[in-house]
Amino acid sequence: MASAKEVLVDPIFNNNPIALQVLGICSALAVTVQMSTTLVMCLAVIFVTTMSSFLVSIVRNFIPTNIRIIVQMTIIASLVILVDQVLQAVAYDISKSLSVFVGLIITNCIVMGRAEAFAMQNPPLLSAIDGFGNAVGYSLILILVAFIREPLGSGTLLGYEIMPLVANGGWYQPNGMMLLAPSAFFIIAGLIWALRSWKTEQVEAPEYQIAPNAQYREAL
Amino acid sequence: MLEQYLGLFVRAIFIENMALTFFLGMCTFIAISKKISTAIGLGVAVVVVLGITVPANNLIYTYFLKEGAMTWISADFASVDLSFLTFLAYIGVIAAMVQILEMFLDRFVPALYNALGVFLPLITVNCAILAGSLFMEERDYNFGESVVFGLGAGVGWALAITALAGVREKLKYSDVPEGLRGLGVTFICVGLLSLCFMSFGGIDI
Repeated sequence: MASAKEVLVDPIFNNNPIALQVLGICSALAVTVQMSTTLVMCLAVIFVTTMSSFLVSIVRNFIPTNIRIIVQMTIIASLVILVDQVLQAVAYDISKSLSVFVGLIITNCIVMGRAEAFAMQNPPLLSAIDGFGNAVGYSLILILVAFIREPLGSGTLLGYEIMPLVANGGWYQPNGMMLLAPSAFFIIAGLIWALRSWKTEQVEAPEYQIAPNAQYREAL
Repeated sequence: MLEQYLGLFVRAIFIENMALTFFLGMCTFIAISKKISTAIGLGVAVVVVLGITVPANNLIYTYFLKEGAMTWISADFASVDLSFLTFLAYIGVIAAMVQILEMFLDRFVPALYNALGVFLPLITVNCAILAGSLFMEERDYNFGESVVFGLGAGVGWALAITALAGVREKLKYSDVPEGLRGLGVTFICVGLLSLCFMSFGGIDI
């Protein structure tokens, strides 16, 4: 049995949900154009993942295996409804700009993945810690991406201008591509590259080994 | 009328492509795009499921959940607004549909069932499916539009995953820097594909 600390810290760098497990990329990338929406999204995911792991773990011994997916879905969907209603009441503008992506936390693979892979076998408290750790690992990547996209794309951070734009008499010509979908893919690819250069054990084995070149002497 | 549907269909496939402009269904998109044949299988499953669930959810939304939707039962319900239940209702419909489809295919089309078998349960948690229904609600599509939109979004997603699988099959033989191998370089390919799809942006029918 893993200790609580390992469960908490492992997913942040060693077993990051986005960079290694390929989970939860779906609803996440489209919200990283602005820092403010990203932060709200991260908080929502942290809340939902922690709570759902905890709740699924409490009822894990009562769920028949055949319908477990539906039970998990119901728990997760109820939590997301809660988040959505609170967001609409407290921060209506942000809730509008997140549009469908709050709802998509339901099908965010991290939430489902942790419920299925960890919470079904482990006691409630440990599961909650695991859900929290994974959500934090996910948030970290998201915040990093937003931290690159927002300043380069519109010269602002959290809505404050940090690099004065040419349009406002400053010097910075915004990079429009950072506001578009493809930039997020490139940034994540770069982050994965950086992470794997640091933690080399995460490098994937090549699927196909290219034969070494023949010695030029043999060729002659 | 027909032009409007055609325009919506083309827009759902190319301009507002689920996978490449909204990043939806990314997990399956990246995990199951190593071989063209499996990618096509999954793509077909997504088209079928989206084509069924989006109209089904549209009916549920219009006749049960929208504010004042239940007046067809009795005038007393005019003030009932159940729209906060949409998430739960949609995911329930999707999970049930996938289950029914699985049983139906198992019984009547075993060949297709064996080909799709593994992917069908995965589709329940595919964000593209739920997003189809949520976009339908947000953009206020009527029944006809939601049929067209569901199919179009599915075809667009299938097209994107098949294209990516084609790229990855070739990519296997290339010499990629160590840290980028596998996941990293796949992300870059998806980014480039997404850039390509942006060139469809101006299409308007």
